[in-house]
Amino acid sequence: MKNRSLVSINDFTKNEHLKILNLAEKFEKNPTQNTLKDYVVATLFFEPSTRTRLSFESAASRLGAKIIGFTDAASSSVKKGESLKDTILTVSNYSDIIVMRHPQEGSARYASEISPVPIINAGDGSNQHPTQCMLDLYSIRKTQGKLNDLHIAFVGDLKYGRTVHSLVIALINFNATFHLVSPVELKLPSSVKRHIKDKKLNYFQYTDLNEVIPNVDILYMTRIQGERFADPLEYERVKNSYVLNNNMLDNAKKNFRVLHPLPRVNEISEDVDNNSKAYYFQQAKNGVYVRQALLTSILGVN
Amino acid sequence: MEKKKIRKELKVSAIENGTVIDHIPPQSVFHVIRILNLDKIKNQILFGTNLDSVKYGKKGIIKVSKKYFESEEINKIALVAPTATLIVIKDFQVVYKSQVEIPDKIVKFVKCFNPNCITNHQNISTKFDVIDKEDLKLHCHYCEKITKKDDIDFN
Repeated sequence: MKNRSLVSINDFTKNEHLKILNLAEKFEKNPTQNTLKDYVVATLFFEPSTRTRLSFESAASRLGAKIIGFTDAASSSVKKGESLKDTILTVSNYSDIIVMRHPQEGSARYASEISPVPIINAGDGSNQHPTQCMLDLYSIRKTQGKLNDLHIAFVGDLKYGRTVHSLVIALINFNATFHLVSPVELKLPSSVKRHIKDKKLNYFQYTDLNEVIPNVDILYMTRIQGERFADPLEYERVKNSYVLNNNMLDNAKKNFRVLHPLPRVNEISEDVDNNSKAYYFQQAKNGVYVRQALLTSILGVN
Repeated sequence: MEKKKIRKELKVSAIENGTVIDHIPPQSVFHVIRILNLDKIKNQILFGTNLDSVKYGKKGIIKVSKKYFESEEINKIALVAPTATLIVIKDFQVVYKSQVEIPDKIVKFVKCFNPNCITNHQNISTKFDVIDKEDLKLHCHYCEKITKKDDIDFN
């Protein structure tokens, strides 16, 4: 993995995914080290993000790296009209690896082609978010004790949710069965379903959340954003049908866990938080270990 | 003598030197003219459409004098008129004839249909993998979205 960019989840093989997860386990046991003390990590956030950026910066800091970068395009020379190419080439002079989030799809792939240092994609528009995907895999394995043969439900905005797209594609390697719960307007795109069909795995589509809960191991919740709907009335009609609350979990299996990439708005009511089946805050914590594993593997320092 | 007789029967006259694009689906003739910028060049151009075709029922044909197409132009033709045959003429004789072929990769000349793709915002050449040649589908190397046949637009 040394010096290779991570843009899409498929840039790494199944074996490489597993290596990262194993390494992340070691970081979970011993998160504070000095292995990256001679390295500079650039975090370029062309659109704001709290969680992903802080999680990367925490991961890098705990390994002793120096961090440079900007937290939104308005505070960088992008505002003056600088091209993405010029920004990347300039920052690559100052850093050993670039973590970037950008509002346009394909930006990270392009950056990886022109940058002399490796790029980690921290989200490109609605396309990919591979590090979130890796921490989701880590969380699934940790809660289920395995990755193979699981029943996974995805709930909410499956059309624009990049974390959903990346995770579906990654789980295809582990013989998952997919339960897709969404309003008709926000169904999983055919470009992603194509991957499931290619591997001849099963997927089922639902519009009712209650139907899937007793049958799945993981419930992956996502936020439905009002601006995705052409008709605001349609949004008002569907938004409350994808809200999870505590009494809906009564019939869930023992190993069942609720995941959410966060931020949550109201799709999981707060009464779920204290249920032992809620795992989303631990999931966010796992992001630090997984990102430590990715930074060190790509920089070739283990 | 023999040759003259055949030429007389042609609905679109023969050209002495140049390229004939034959077997164009009738509805695509003007599209082919547009994407090849044939409406902007000074060469003599003859074309016909809704002509009888033994092979396809109806067809269109375009004959361009003194013009020989580059491979990128031929790839463009293949995308909008996959049944087309390309015939190179020298001194009224056919010197080369082949059916156009949809390539496996398409670089530069097709726009990504996704308005939020980086290629529509920065000065970047597009790149696509052709993932379905029958029911044309192009997978964008950058944004990973699929541009379908009806969404194809040219740079």
